[in-house]
Amino acid sequence: MPAEPFTTVHGRAAALREDNIDTDIIFPARFLLITAREGLGRYAFHDRRFAGDGQAIAGFVYNDPRFRAAPVLVAGANFGSGSSREQAVWALHGLGVRAVIAPGFGEIFHGNCLRNGIVPILLGREVVTALMDRAEAGLAFTVDLAAQTLTVTGEDPIPFAIPRERRLALLNGWDETDQVINTHGADIAAFEAWQRRTQPWLHV
Amino acid sequence: MITRPLPSGAGRPRTLYEKLWDSHVVANRPDGSALLYIDRHIVHEVSSPQAFVALRASGRRLRRPETHLGVADHAVPTRERGGEIADPLARSQVAELEANVAEFAVPYARLDGPEQGIVHVIGPETGFTLPGTTIACGDSHTTTHGAFGALAFGVGASEQGTIMAAQCLPQQRAATMQVELVGKRHPLIDAKDMALALIARIGANGAVGHAVEYTGEVVSGMAMSERMTLCNMTIEAGSRIGMVAPDARTFAYLEGRRLAPRGELWDAAVAYWRTLPSDPGARYDRVVTLDVGTIAPQVSWGTSPDQTLPIDRTVPDPAAIADPVARREAEKALAYMGLVPGQRLDSVAIDTVFIGSCTNGRIEDLRAAAAIAMGRRVAPGVTALVVPGSAATRAQAEAEGLDRIFTAAGFSWRHAGCSLCVAMNDDRLAPGQRCASTSNRNFEGRQGPGGRTHLMSPAMAAAAAIAGRLADVREFV
Ligand code: SF4
Repeated sequence: MPAEPFTTVHGRAAALREDNIDTDIIFPARFLLITAREGLGRYAFHDRRFAGDGQAIAGFVYNDPRFRAAPVLVAGANFGSGSSREQAVWALHGLGVRAVIAPGFGEIFHGNCLRNGIVPILLGREVVTALMDRAEAGLAFTVDLAAQTLTVTGEDPIPFAIPRERRLALLNGWDETDQVINTHGADIAAFEAWQRRTQPWLHV
Repeated sequence: MITRPLPSGAGRPRTLYEKLWDSHVVANRPDGSALLYIDRHIVHEVSSPQAFVALRASGRRLRRPETHLGVADHAVPTRERGGEIADPLARSQVAELEANVAEFAVPYARLDGPEQGIVHVIGPETGFTLPGTTIACGDSHTTTHGAFGALAFGVGASEQGTIMAAQCLPQQRAATMQVELVGKRHPLIDAKDMALALIARIGANGAVGHAVEYTGEVVSGMAMSERMTLCNMTIEAGSRIGMVAPDARTFAYLEGRRLAPRGELWDAAVAYWRTLPSDPGARYDRVVTLDVGTIAPQVSWGTSPDQTLPIDRTVPDPAAIADPVARREAEKALAYMGLVPGQRLDSVAIDTVFIGSCTNGRIEDLRAAAAIAMGRRVAPGVTALVVPGSAATRAQAEAEGLDRIFTAAGFSWRHAGCSLCVAMNDDRLAPGQRCASTSNRNFEGRQGPGGRTHLMSPAMAAAAAIAGRLADVREFV
């Protein structure tokens, strides 16, 4: 589905000082029975945000009014590992997250971010730890995808990299399926003709 | 003859992964990624609804409906089959899948039919999974199919929509990693122990960015079920892709399966598949060697699969961990798991046992568990489930009398599904309950909010059921 074009993100950053925040933590499996992709923000980090009785758990960053609507998330290594569920990304998006900074990502989650208007920013662990301090101090972060820079207000920009095709798709709000079909229709047909000839058992 | 431009590097020795990649490149893209052709796609009820919605919204059809296979597995009840699903959400999710596969002409393994089961169990069982193919599924354990020498990986719902409409996916080429398994294993050490020991060594993100190929005499001596367990667990080391080169055992497993090629096509396919193994002299970006002779039965103690130790050890003391990050992770895990540093692992009492999942729900797994359960009783107060990975596995187990061994020992014998691996149906831990599990993830809340999971092999889980605590299966022979 065509997304909104990605524009520069500016605002607070929420810090989650933990490694291995998997997609089961981001979006617990029992909510996967919901088949909508909109309105999932309320389930993001559900079991970290809410106790069994539904009360907000004090101390969790998204229960802190200063960070509730933070568009940037700074997290530990291996963020988004585990299950491929795209709901994890839809829920973060629903929460208002537009950029995630971490020293490492689960690979499927990383790809899912790029397809859903969230920029995954990979930086070294020391840099990320320093950014967590800035985030907790309430400083504003700016993510400029076109320039591929992250800037904490008053500091030097930090460069990051997103592959060109992905960056253009995000900036323009292109839909991947449309892009593939419109750009490569003839290539796909040629490939299938070749495969039918050389591996006919795949085309019966 | 239709010719295709040779991919760069062809002619030099290539690894299995490179051959699979090169043979599926539809187009190279300016930023170094490629458009990859997808031969096979498996669709289940939980991750596919949004992909079908997108397809319908764009007015598109499936490019090749016959290359997809639908099945309900994640949310389905396992106590009985055939009646109405009690949970209204699960019921409507299965109904939505059935409506989608009917509308888009996707072959479907009916919930009460003989081919139903977990996506990664029925793919191989039906012959849908073949060497030399690319296979995608909206599930991270799609790594499993790599055991057949396929390039198989998990995808998100948006990617599923792209595969349905275009039969292709933009992908970034991975680095390669060889995991060589050598040595002579103890007879009660299985592929699960090896996978857990490997993950404990390289870390839960130890293989990120790499396509893993398992090699060595231990792997060539393994049955397909064990190869599948190894490949299945590869995602728990952070890699989307785990593979084993196809060989005579692979072909013997597949020959005659319903969707496998037959006659001349079979011969042609086998001739092609024999060209897939990595060439002598092919280089991997990384090599890890594991001596399986030194491995004891493994059990996870924490909330990440790399927090795993041999059963004869004690719960680690975070204070003794030098790295501050690892120390904090260990403290967090012990608090969640309700464990005390220094406590013997084989003294940890459990109240639930789960034998099943796409990691360990195959007939060989059930046989290994039954061999321990035979003539023994599940400890008082312990609830133990055996959930076959597929209807066919269940039927085979019943033909062998395994179900009677389990029920006589006090295990509950179930129908096929994901069940307590993901706790989306009514098989779920209560907060604080502790489970000896043959599944693949010990994440917080994975088996139900507040539930505590210890990962292990099928024989180890059966031993835990009998002992009522984590136990060393070597003491049960
Ligand atoms: S058994 Fe578990 S890991 Fe396997 S497909 Fe089902 S939910 Fe996923």
